[in-house]
Amino acid sequence: MRPVLPTVLPAVLPAILTAVLAFAAPMLAPTARAAVFEPTVFTLDNGLDVVVIENHRAPVATIIVWYSVGAADEPPGKSGIAHFLEHLMFRGTDAYEPGEFSQIITRLGGENNAFTMQDATGYIESIAVEHLDTVMALEADRMVNLRLSDPIVLAERDVIIEERHQRTDNDPASRLGEMMRATLYLHHPYGTPIVGWAHEISALSPEDARTFYDRWYAPNNAILIVSGDVTPDRVRDMAEEHFGPVPAGDVPERVRLVEPDQTAPRRVILESPDVEQPAWSRYYLAPSYRSGASEHAYALQVLAEIIGEDSTSRLYRDLVIDRKIAAFAVAGYSPSTFDLGTFSFHVVPMPGTDMATIEAAIDASIASLIESGVTEEEVAQAIHRLQASAIKARDSLSGPAQLIGRALTTGQSIEDIEAWPERIGAVTAEAVLAAARDVLVLNRSVTGLLLAKPPS
Amino acid sequence: MKLRGIAFGLVLATGIASPVSAFEIERVVSPGGIEAWLVEDDSAPLTSISFAFRGGSAADPVGKEGLAEFVSGLLNEGAGELDSQAFQTRIADLSIDLSFSAGRDEFRGSIRMLTETRDEAIDLLHLALTEPRFDADAVERIRGQLMTMLASNATDPNDIAVRTWRTAAFPDHPYGRPPEGRPETIAQIGTDDFRDFVRRHFARDNLVIGVVGDVDSAALGAILDRLFGDLPAESELPAIPDVSPQGGGRTLVVERPIPQSIVLYGGPAIKRDDPDFYIAAILLEAVGGGFGSRLTKSVREERGLAYSVGANLVTYDHAGLVMGQAGTRNEKVAETIALIGEAFTDVAANGLTDEEIDDARDYIVGSYPLRMTSSMSTAGALVSIQLADLPIDYVERRAELFEAVTPEDIRRVAARLLDPANMLYVVVGTPVGVTGEIQAN
Repeated sequence: MRPVLPTVLPAVLPAILTAVLAFAAPMLAPTARAAVFEPTVFTLDNGLDVVVIENHRAPVATIIVWYSVGAADEPPGKSGIAHFLEHLMFRGTDAYEPGEFSQIITRLGGENNAFTMQDATGYIESIAVEHLDTVMALEADRMVNLRLSDPIVLAERDVIIEERHQRTDNDPASRLGEMMRATLYLHHPYGTPIVGWAHEISALSPEDARTFYDRWYAPNNAILIVSGDVTPDRVRDMAEEHFGPVPAGDVPERVRLVEPDQTAPRRVILESPDVEQPAWSRYYLAPSYRSGASEHAYALQVLAEIIGEDSTSRLYRDLVIDRKIAAFAVAGYSPSTFDLGTFSFHVVPMPGTDMATIEAAIDASIASLIESGVTEEEVAQAIHRLQASAIKARDSLSGPAQLIGRALTTGQSIEDIEAWPERIGAVTAEAVLAAARDVLVLNRSVTGLLLAKPPS
Repeated sequence: MKLRGIAFGLVLATGIASPVSAFEIERVVSPGGIEAWLVEDDSAPLTSISFAFRGGSAADPVGKEGLAEFVSGLLNEGAGELDSQAFQTRIADLSIDLSFSAGRDEFRGSIRMLTETRDEAIDLLHLALTEPRFDADAVERIRGQLMTMLASNATDPNDIAVRTWRTAAFPDHPYGRPPEGRPETIAQIGTDDFRDFVRRHFARDNLVIGVVGDVDSAALGAILDRLFGDLPAESELPAIPDVSPQGGGRTLVVERPIPQSIVLYGGPAIKRDDPDFYIAAILLEAVGGGFGSRLTKSVREERGLAYSVGANLVTYDHAGLVMGQAGTRNEKVAETIALIGEAFTDVAANGLTDEEIDDARDYIVGSYPLRMTSSMSTAGALVSIQLADLPIDYVERRAELFEAVTPEDIRRVAARLLDPANMLYVVVGTPVGVTGEIQAN
């Protein structure tokens, strides 16, 4: 998989840039693109989908239990409950004490973690294959037997407030990203931060967590993905044994508010003495594989590759190399969202360049793109690079499990994932132009300025 | 949830250690005498080569801080006949992943290439190492990027904490100088400095190499000679003295208007070559590792004071450190620091329970193979083992080295390393009830 950022970057990325790039990303973002994984797929009687990706490089495996529920499925007024529940999943069940889950995994030489996204929640362990059985038993247990007690829940809520401080409140670039997202989505819940709004986090109760858990956590709303030194038969036996007895639940359809027509561009400016390095960014509302003008989803990936993927891309050549007005310039697009996603631009200006110059350059670049399109040669190169990234995507244990899980929880199928190189290969210059014209429309965008303010 | 341990730009010592029995490490010596460690793996049609030249940013000349990092940003900006765009277009079109990075004590590079374009990839890396262009245009571009990063870091509370701690702990030593440079040093670095860096650092006597992938030893021998065979035999690096961090017992406060204070603390410990290393690694894992560690239990799980809290053993070539951190709301900083001190004092006096020792040891031993799940990460691990001067059978022996550690060992080393009065504390934020020396940012 190729890095999201230009490979020319010296060792450390500017925090400011990573922060704005995290805007559209989940709290732990899989960055790889889909590829050919040749997975084995089956479904248990209780509705649990199981995906197995064999990788026999080392005697280890990564297991991710995905739930098809995320922050965007929270009830109004309960922002942060999906993420809060994710934390509470480590705080004990009827059979295990708080913290014991992680202690058992750790003692077996395993790593464990979890992540909450807008569309999904995942629980991940990497461990020697001989302990896979134990891990599955633990995951199946907490799928149904979670125990929530007041003191533990309240202490964990304080932890989450500190997490919010650390990720967002302490960092102006993250605060701007949060405001931009809230502004881009006028109505749809993607405008609400995954971690939650501070005042609503503070009011979340054990009952809120219980209600959310009972509603969404069930085998028929989950996907078990195992990647590593395993065989499908062995995984099937273990999954049947541990998850098989868990009863299916009555899980509701995911119904989300629909974004209305957007009829005016928006602008968010954060000016702070805590900023020394300014930054410019813009988000356009964009279709995903599942939502909106989804016929553009593959062409938009080729477009992002051509204009903003690395230091040979159009924007970098134009703004950084030729005009020398920017230090970094990238564009990004991910089609793996349940509802409308974003096509984004991020620029870090060179010292002394004002924001008007940057914005004029980006606007001119987009205008020229929409006027003249891209060349067949650019498309061919981009396709070649994207397809090569599919080969490299298998050089990882957890990468394929992340990528497949994200796809399946946002409405994609295994067939879609496996056909990705082919569908990317079918993109034409006309398709890229049509996608650019359809999506890069100012009325459906927000522009964000991060500005330094001298201390008063 | 949180990820384990925050290294704060330092090298996690436990990350250097040991073992995977699943594959064989082969010592390959090229016809030209260049040694590499190889793990053959044909599970994908690609190969990763990771390498390091000893001598990193600690060798930056005074007044030229940031040089090693500057060079790491320039090596893929053009070489030989290829200018920056030509070079990078080749890299991208051939689907090569090429990166360079500057550490304190070494300069690293890595390349991952598809088997079908391996010859071209090797030629490009060879050009980058031996004929980098350092065109004025590229230099100014990377200089600008470094400047924007410095500006960005200038107001980042974590970066402020690291800079403040480093400066106070190592006032008269290269480790106290900023590896990322300062605006005035980045402004002064020029082409002569880059060429001087390449001449002094890129040699055969300070080079270690790890290779993983779709390549056999004969083919690798030829690759090694093509890549590194015409480098000078000897490097020219300044001697760097061993050092112990200063400032034990001091608390430095940098006032920033943020809701969460960053607490960074550290004190003297042991280096990687100390025989007590394995004991200290278990000790710090149990005290300041992930879930189940003393600090996470006390500060996070029981009291909800922090999202991330911990302590690590950090080893440089010339210093060993206990380093830890916590992020907590301003009004709870004093309590958090006190709790960290109490945990240290308790373990220093009473050691750990047998269960704690076993848990930490089992994690350290059992999780090692997880570092070797991609060709890149495995090749990097092979380099780390060699940088630590460990033998080629270390991977197999690692478990027994940790298994030999006893509760008495832990008590002895804890008494030596975990004295809160030896720690230099830095707090960035608006802490309440903390008495400290106010520092300018």
